[in-house]
Amino acid sequence: MKPSSHWKNIVNFAMFGLTGLCALVSVGTLVFILGYLVFNGGKSLSMSFFTNLPAPVGEVGGGMANALLGSGKVLLLATLIGIPIGFLGGVYLSEYSGKTIAFVIRYVTDLLNGVPSIVIGIVVYTLVVHPMGHFSTFAGGVALGIMMIPISVRSTEEYLLAVPPSLREAAFALGAPKWKAIITVVIPAAMRGIISGTMLDLARVAGETAPLLFTALGNQFWSPGWNQPSATLPVMIFTYAIAPYEDWHRQAWAAGFVLLMLVLLINVTARMALSKGSYVPRG
Amino acid sequence: MKRSSLYLVVATLACAAAAAGLSLTGAGATFPYPMYSKWFSDYHKLHGDLEINYQSIGSGGGIKQVTEGTVDFGATDGPMNDTQLAEFKQKRGCDVLHFPTVMGAVVPTYNIPGVTGELNLTPEALAGIFLGKITKWNDAEIAKANPGVKLPGDDIVVVHRSDGSGTTYVWVDFLSKVSPEWKTKVGVGTSVNWPVGLGGKGNEGVSGQIKQTPNSIGYVELIYAVQNKLPYGKVRNASGAFIKAELASVTAAASGAAANMPADFRVSITNAPGKTAYPISSFTWLLIPSKIQDPAKQKAVKDFLQWMLGPGQKMAEPLSYAQLPTPVIAMELKAISKIQ
Amino acid sequence: MATTPVLGERALPPGGARSFLMRLRGGEEIAYTITFTAAAAIFVITALICYELFAQSEISRHKFGWAFLFTSEWDPVAGKFGALPFIYGTVITSVLALLIAIPQGIGSAIFLAEMAPARISNALTFLIELLAAVPSVIYGLLGVFILVPVLQKSVVPALKSVFGALPIFQGAFYGVSYFSAGIVLSVMIVPFIISVSREVLISVPRDQREASLALGASKWQTVWLVVVPNASTGIMGSIFLALARALGETMAVTMVIGNTPQIKASLLAPGYSIAAVIANEFTEATGDLYLSALIELGLVLFGVTFVLNGLARILIMATAQKGAHS
Repeated sequence: MKPSSHWKNIVNFAMFGLTGLCALVSVGTLVFILGYLVFNGGKSLSMSFFTNLPAPVGEVGGGMANALLGSGKVLLLATLIGIPIGFLGGVYLSEYSGKTIAFVIRYVTDLLNGVPSIVIGIVVYTLVVHPMGHFSTFAGGVALGIMMIPISVRSTEEYLLAVPPSLREAAFALGAPKWKAIITVVIPAAMRGIISGTMLDLARVAGETAPLLFTALGNQFWSPGWNQPSATLPVMIFTYAIAPYEDWHRQAWAAGFVLLMLVLLINVTARMALSKGSYVPRG
Repeated sequence: MKRSSLYLVVATLACAAAAAGLSLTGAGATFPYPMYSKWFSDYHKLHGDLEINYQSIGSGGGIKQVTEGTVDFGATDGPMNDTQLAEFKQKRGCDVLHFPTVMGAVVPTYNIPGVTGELNLTPEALAGIFLGKITKWNDAEIAKANPGVKLPGDDIVVVHRSDGSGTTYVWVDFLSKVSPEWKTKVGVGTSVNWPVGLGGKGNEGVSGQIKQTPNSIGYVELIYAVQNKLPYGKVRNASGAFIKAELASVTAAASGAAANMPADFRVSITNAPGKTAYPISSFTWLLIPSKIQDPAKQKAVKDFLQWMLGPGQKMAEPLSYAQLPTPVIAMELKAISKIQ
Repeated sequence: MATTPVLGERALPPGGARSFLMRLRGGEEIAYTITFTAAAAIFVITALICYELFAQSEISRHKFGWAFLFTSEWDPVAGKFGALPFIYGTVITSVLALLIAIPQGIGSAIFLAEMAPARISNALTFLIELLAAVPSVIYGLLGVFILVPVLQKSVVPALKSVFGALPIFQGAFYGVSYFSAGIVLSVMIVPFIISVSREVLISVPRDQREASLALGASKWQTVWLVVVPNASTGIMGSIFLALARALGETMAVTMVIGNTPQIKASLLAPGYSIAAVIANEFTEATGDLYLSALIELGLVLFGVTFVLNGLARILIMATAQKGAHS
């Protein structure tokens, strides 16, 4: 008994050390990236970054205020389009659908997820920008919204399926119809995971550049409403990073840092606001 | 939570308030983006009710979008060909006018251990290297133009642009003019089938690769080389002189071509005549439809072009762009009246 | 379970539509219809994208036919286009990225779900999820400025000295390569694996763990033999998410892969991927055949995704003990 439990302990310790190392590598990478962005872009992070419009080369005091707002608007529209479709689709897959339809929809969702972002941009250009006759924030939101769907579907479905059958059965035993059981018991039980999936989704599209190039294009000025081309953080980062000027490079790094902070902020706020009081079936 | 979402809705609606004044959108070449963003920003300071928004999505994108009518004007580093002109006419019902704005150049940049000065590169050497025919740095073709420089016997690593670009267009246009073999084997385009070499994305991809790879050579925009302090070589021009790319030598290339400038300004000035001309220079153009329906937009465009050809030109050199030569400016001022 | 509500049937007129209305008032029909519409919308959107790709690539498809998939030449000036090197590069880099990201991701998820205290686990997961938000172009720049020199100076020489005889590590290394692209991709896709896997691991019911521990298993044995298998479908799902992201990634890949349309066995050679070439050439491409060929590449990627997903699912079904659904 003793030698084998000793060996078990060694394995125990070693494996957890190994997995801890894995986690450390990932976290370390992120910290490194953040540090790099701050180190290289820190000089550009002043008040003017958040309040001013972009300035041409050689002029100081340029900022990315319009890109911040533009990103906010585009992401808002993307969330309003992508999350409802994704969430409800995920509910359908996990609660209502038969095996064959579920297989097909899952496969199709994975296909959609694999479409390169630039191709989504090209398609939305053909379907939205071209008929409208001009680039717009709206088109950008549509493109990013489509990109949000697959992750939302898959994560919603996974977390709903992970809810133990005993919870559903308890609800039915109390006389709830299926839809009521889903809304009042199953979804709240999975809510924590669903929010996590949504935030991951949002994070992913927040950094996408290629689809916006063909839909929202970009703008040096403010873009009122939803019908005009609009500046967004990722496109600004892209434009500035590939330019020859050191000053613009710094702004690109700074913008990268701001983008990450924006996503972090949305993440923290959403989790605090939405997951209060939800049941967490902690194992 | 409910209240904050209400504020968000109100804020968004507030943004939906209509913009005062006129707004023009243009898209196209990346090369002149810094210049155009300066021009449009300064012009906006002069005319507060006019916003000209220019975005760099590539010359091809510029041509496409102005043809589709999703932007008011386009910009390109390589002139539109006849097929594209015909397509524009068919889709938009009028002609498209080319207006050269500034000039730039493409320079050969390299990283050869032990070589610190400027190399003299002949057109034959460049063509041979990029065709994969000349494989070592101490090849006779390179050595004979550089007496006194110790060139290693190592393999040359070629780096080219992977993304389609006007820079590539100018570079291969030059190679096609000086090397019949290049012309037949590879040809001219914003993207070509490179016989050898690694592809770097953008100027920074090429220069980054070169910095890290000993014995490498590639091409980048002059501005990029200047701003990032990259070493670049001299190229022999059509008159036989080895010229370093500088603003003066670039403008000289355009002056040489000005004598034979076609009325529509679609001309390639690579390998231009002139003793001081830098042979790998190029115009960059704005693409303006010849018919602009909206009278306010039409006036705005015409006024801007006049300003661009006057005070605008003075802003070019501080940003490392070369000004247009005077005869070309004069021709363009006359051409503005073609916009109806 | 009866779902029709108990309403006064006298109050409602008879008829088929009315019976639908009756069920509608119970909510079941609404719930089903709404969710079904959403799922159908996904199908419609994907089909629409597929259709657009099909329609816009017509010129190229007619010109090259199936040979497009097997030819290697990519010459925009001469109008000759072939997809093979791009297909190869896409598959190689994605597979390499998965080979790195799966153990790394699952390992991290296990640590975060089972080992770390809840607060630390949450905080660390926040940070890791931020990795998904880093714009692709920044990953590319970091790859060029940091990863490639490190690989060139230290990692690859070490690899070559140990494994140099293998064909996958042959040849000169210029920094940009399948290898670099695979590594950058793995960093980009690992947050998806970690985030989703951690959540499903956490949601495995407590009684499962307690039963295992009660039988005398160590914590690690419990995790590896009980918890992880319970969460396996979720983990598989996260791997599919990661695979899809790897296949479609554009900017970061194009900055570190070398953008050379060729097929080489060595991971150290430069290559090209479908998404990268579309990103590089689409904005500048003029000419209907050229544009059409690029769009056809997008269609080909659809096909590659289809096939890879299918292969992965077959693999799962073959190795799954339980009736794990796809």
